[in-house]
Amino acid sequence: MSSDEHVVSLQDIEVHFETDTGIFGRDSDIVKAVDGVSLDIEENDVVALVGESGCGKTTLGKTAIGVQRPTEGQVEYRGQDIWEARDSSGSSSIPFKQIRQSLQIIHQDPGASLNPNKTVMHTLSVPLRATQPQMTTFDRRERIHEMLSRVGMEPPEAYSKRYPHQLSGGEKQRVALIRALLMNPDLILADEAVSALDVSLRIDMMDLMLELQDQFNTSYLFISHNLSNASYVAGEADGRIGIMYLGELVELGPVDEIVKNPKHPYTKALMWAAPSLDPNADADPSSPLRTIDVPDPRNPPSGCRFHTRCPEAREACKNDVPGELAVDGHTDHTVTCFREDDHHDYWHSPELDEVSTDEADTAASD
Amino acid sequence: MQTTNDVTFGVTDPIFEIRNASVTFDMERGTSRVMDSVDMNIQRGEILGVVGESGSGKSMFASALLDAIPDPGQLSGEITFRPESGEEIELLQQSESEIKQIRWEEIAMVFQGAMSSFNPTMTIGDHFEETLDVHGYDVDDGMERGRDLLSELYLEPEQVLHSYPHELSGGMQQRALLAMSLLLDPEVLVMDEPTAALDLLMQRSIIELIRKIGQQRDLTIVFITHDLPLVANLADRLGVLYAFEFVEVGPANDVLTGSKHPYTRALLNSTPNLHTPREEMRPIEGKSPDPVSVPDGCTYHPRCPMSDDNCVAADPPFQAGSGATDHQAKCHYIDDVNEAVPLNLREVHNE
Ligand SMILES: Nc1ncnc2c1ncn2[C@@H]1O[C@H](COP(=O)(O)OP(=O)(O)OP(=O)(O)O)[C@@H](O)[C@H]1O
Ligand code: SF4
Ligand code: SF4
Ligand SMILES: [Mg+2]
Repeated sequence: MSSDEHVVSLQDIEVHFETDTGIFGRDSDIVKAVDGVSLDIEENDVVALVGESGCGKTTLGKTAIGVQRPTEGQVEYRGQDIWEARDSSGSSSIPFKQIRQSLQIIHQDPGASLNPNKTVMHTLSVPLRATQPQMTTFDRRERIHEMLSRVGMEPPEAYSKRYPHQLSGGEKQRVALIRALLMNPDLILADEAVSALDVSLRIDMMDLMLELQDQFNTSYLFISHNLSNASYVAGEADGRIGIMYLGELVELGPVDEIVKNPKHPYTKALMWAAPSLDPNADADPSSPLRTIDVPDPRNPPSGCRFHTRCPEAREACKNDVPGELAVDGHTDHTVTCFREDDHHDYWHSPELDEVSTDEADTAASD
Repeated sequence: MQTTNDVTFGVTDPIFEIRNASVTFDMERGTSRVMDSVDMNIQRGEILGVVGESGSGKSMFASALLDAIPDPGQLSGEITFRPESGEEIELLQQSESEIKQIRWEEIAMVFQGAMSSFNPTMTIGDHFEETLDVHGYDVDDGMERGRDLLSELYLEPEQVLHSYPHELSGGMQQRALLAMSLLLDPEVLVMDEPTAALDLLMQRSIIELIRKIGQQRDLTIVFITHDLPLVANLADRLGVLYAFEFVEVGPANDVLTGSKHPYTRALLNSTPNLHTPREEMRPIEGKSPDPVSVPDGCTYHPRCPMSDDNCVAADPPFQAGSGATDHQAKCHYIDDVNEAVPLNLREVHNE
């Protein structure tokens, strides 16, 4: 497949930031927020990125929509290098302005993303003016009312006159979704777009996103720390889930593969944390992780970055860096862990000592 | 009509007895009743999970347990607190100074959004010392206890005590706050959305720590959240709030697998989780009511698929139907709920 069939293609992306605060070791001031990630997003695709806070999900997402410049690697929109388009000021085959318009974002905080002093009508007129400058005021109003009804904000005439503080969290998020869709984007980055909503409203919002996807031909890059939300939204759309840990994509595959046949020990830990309503589920109450906190990203562990927390870690994991492997010969399901390689030294290597001393103390006092 | 309902909910040794508790705010549009004649018993040593949608009154319930309703809210009714040692305390009859002593020393609270309430110019250790000092506790003994608590919460005590809040990750701040709330060895810990700002893995890890610490210290814990699955495997009993009152109360297991109220069932069926087939998940239709004008009769009737004229006319009392009395719901048709609003999760199991 040639790369211009992808809406967005990320190749070997690295995004490194300089920092200088914190209580941890100061050997390094560079945070490798994203460290060597490749990912293609197709038309009408849904990819959900899942991981803990600080694992680089948002940075990768912003890189994919061209608002974060990578320190290394390439981001292409329909085969056009986004940053080349930006730097060439107009001479590229697809102008930067058009690229940015095609790649939209919905933020986590539904309130903060809307201007508190503007009515819903005003907020939603902006994208229409940009994409369809010839449209008459009357048609614009009709279109906005139609969209508001579409997302269940009835009567639209009343809702369009409201200010953000007169809307519930779910309603604000709907307005943000409409605003993004009215730009006619090819890809919407939904960064924790449902996390701030009440649990009971999340399904509703995700259903709405998917329903409108069909109509608008949009792809979603959906970011969440919640594997249940991710698997719902990506599952309905036959999409994929990518698991991120400390700047790396450690597992990627079709939703059902990831949920039913998770391979990376970190993915399994995220499954453990996923909400379960089943009181009889034979879930182990204690965390599978060896330590609770994510290591300082400025000083990531050697070898496999997960080895300090991984329940399956062995000596080999401390030194060698695992590469990406296809799971059971499926090219669409990949994992970055030695356990997928039957012949790796890992299997002959001794298990790591139990948890570090301070935790051993607490464990002993139980 | 039913006989007067028994609202002890099978609680044999109540540390809290709440009767007819209401909270009102006078607003331009009228009186806003944000907690409506709530009855509840809390068993000594249990973990009570309180769940409900945003705006259902969860934080009001939490604040009521400490007589700490924000001004100009008015709290009425009876809240009886029975500490392990000593006599019953009528919370709403205490003077401001008596209440101040009970808070933190006997009933500690982690408020919603409290992580940002650490003073940014003070270290965690300063906060601990100040708390001990204000309440007249021995600081050295107290700090020793503080260090133990921190390491039980998988924190490096010296490092954390010397840190300023912003130097800690969200998960570390939250655990430091938890340690601080237990510093004075309270009997009750009330937590209002204590983990909502954290990612799921950290939330789950903290929940497990709360469970462990609660057991070791015979704590009574009231855990409040909009996220039902989060408490599903933590709580001994669950109370479901809808429109400013409890609509269902019972052992967690029974509420989850055999909910007696249609709202609880709708809530369960609308909650994303990996065990329910995607095609069976359903959003809840309609909106939750405005506290200035709650519907007559059963407050859930405008959204309830089972409602009839009787539901519009009469507010149902708590009742157990044909089941056990420790599990009750406010619905006229408890025994029909199972058939009318099936639970998706059960269907998965019956396969
Ligand atoms: N100071 C106040 N004045 C008037 N009404 C208030 C005040 N504080 C809260 N309310 C109202 O009381 C009701 C219950 O609020 P409460 O904060 O208990 O909800 P909650 O269930 O904790 O919601 P959330 O999940 O959003 O925290 C809401 O309708 C809210 O708007
Ligand atoms: S490579 Fe080793 S440490 Fe890394 S995930 Fe696999 S088993 Fe765990
Ligand atoms: S009393 Fe009527 S309206 Fe209320 S929950 Fe029961 S069936 Fe529904
Ligand atoms: Mg609240």
